[in-house]
Amino acid sequence: MAEKKKSLGKEFTKGIIIENPVLRLVLGTCPTLAVSTSVVNAIGMGLSAMIVLVCSNIVISCLRKIIPSKVRIPAYIVIIASFVTIVQMIVKAFVPALDSALGVYLPLIVVNCIILGRAEAFAGKNSVIASAVDGLGMGIGFTVALCCMATVREILGAGTFLADAQNLLVLFGENTLGGFNGFTVIKDSAMLKPMTILIMAPGGFFTFGILMACANKIAESKGKPKAELKGCEACPMAKNCALIAKGENCGSKEEKEEAKA
Amino acid sequence: MKLYLQILMTAILTGNFVLCKFLGICPFLGVSKKLNTAVGMSAAVVFVMALATAVTYPINTFLVAKELDYLQTIVFILVIAALVQLVEIILKKFMPPLYNALGIYLPLITTNCAVLGVVLLNITENYSFAQSMCNSVGAGLGFMLAMVIFSGVRSRLEGCDIPKFLQGLPIVLIAASIVSVSFMGFTGIVEGILGL
Repeated sequence: MAEKKKSLGKEFTKGIIIENPVLRLVLGTCPTLAVSTSVVNAIGMGLSAMIVLVCSNIVISCLRKIIPSKVRIPAYIVIIASFVTIVQMIVKAFVPALDSALGVYLPLIVVNCIILGRAEAFAGKNSVIASAVDGLGMGIGFTVALCCMATVREILGAGTFLADAQNLLVLFGENTLGGFNGFTVIKDSAMLKPMTILIMAPGGFFTFGILMACANKIAESKGKPKAELKGCEACPMAKNCALIAKGENCGSKEEKEEAKA
Repeated sequence: MKLYLQILMTAILTGNFVLCKFLGICPFLGVSKKLNTAVGMSAAVVFVMALATAVTYPINTFLVAKELDYLQTIVFILVIAALVQLVEIILKKFMPPLYNALGIYLPLITTNCAVLGVVLLNITENYSFAQSMCNSVGAGLGFMLAMVIFSGVRSRLEGCDIPKFLQGLPIVLIAASIVSVSFMGFTGIVEGILGL
């Protein structure tokens, strides 16, 4: 029993640090870059994705013996899409401001490679509880990585922190926490202006690059390999993909061979 | 006519899917290493985007008429996945040369957020059928433009002496950010050219 608990704990923490989906596995880059313009959006996106991830992991794990392996990808997609629709409706009803802030990226959780990737790599093979814990850990890891990016981008780019927090806090009623609506870190003055470019598209790529470099540095000091774009291997469609069969892995096959040599 | 041109050029330049809207980042970072794979992949994306829009537009009209629009996400992803599989089988059987050029990229595109993204954006923007097609083709061409430019940048990066701290993925992302800055320079160009 004690051993089981320990391994569950491991499943949980690995998603947050060692196998952080964004910074270590390089999955889910699109939403990471797109919604990390403000911390509140990042938290909203992270939580929505986490709910979908946990629910779909549980259901897929329950059905893992029933779904024939030939049709598993379409089956997974249907399950994930149903949960995304549910989350989308909940967000629309209870936190409408978040829905308009996330826009098209909310339904696009369906094609978020973290969720399909975990379904394929973990939930399809492991027990229900382990899958739920894995989903929770990965979801928190995703949220944490998003928040890291968003904190940097929001403070430097907009000069605020947790701006429009009421968008999310509205879940707990009007004016929670005394109508707390974020801090102003950099006051827009003639001397000092926020660097708007950081909340625009180029800033997203730049912050992500620097954050990735820092994560690599930390991993290196702990003796872990660098995060590389796994591209195809992490991609849930990998097994159907002729690129791999042709040996033209869209990831970094050549680099790996170099590393081996 | 001007309106269609405006939608097309906005999708290619100012509203570039990869560099301004962050859709389809995975293939953008993954397949852009060589020019020929980049072009093949983007051609397949243009094709699938146009096809997906053509098919999902009538389906969406039907869903809206039946007040089933909450099913959009689930129906679209399934239709796109089924469609891509079907096209792959047909190409393999009847057009082997085309299959060899495009087919290998097709399964990758099924779960690509750019394809589902363009379909969903067409609906949120309330585009008509012709406008949707313009937007989709434009989005695909914009994807191709970004891929081709970026594969050039990456081939230059190969021979560079990159600081150890930034080697690998970080420098690729920083290069992408600089390419993205250049796309910001297009702001206002569409209105300027078309005299709107």
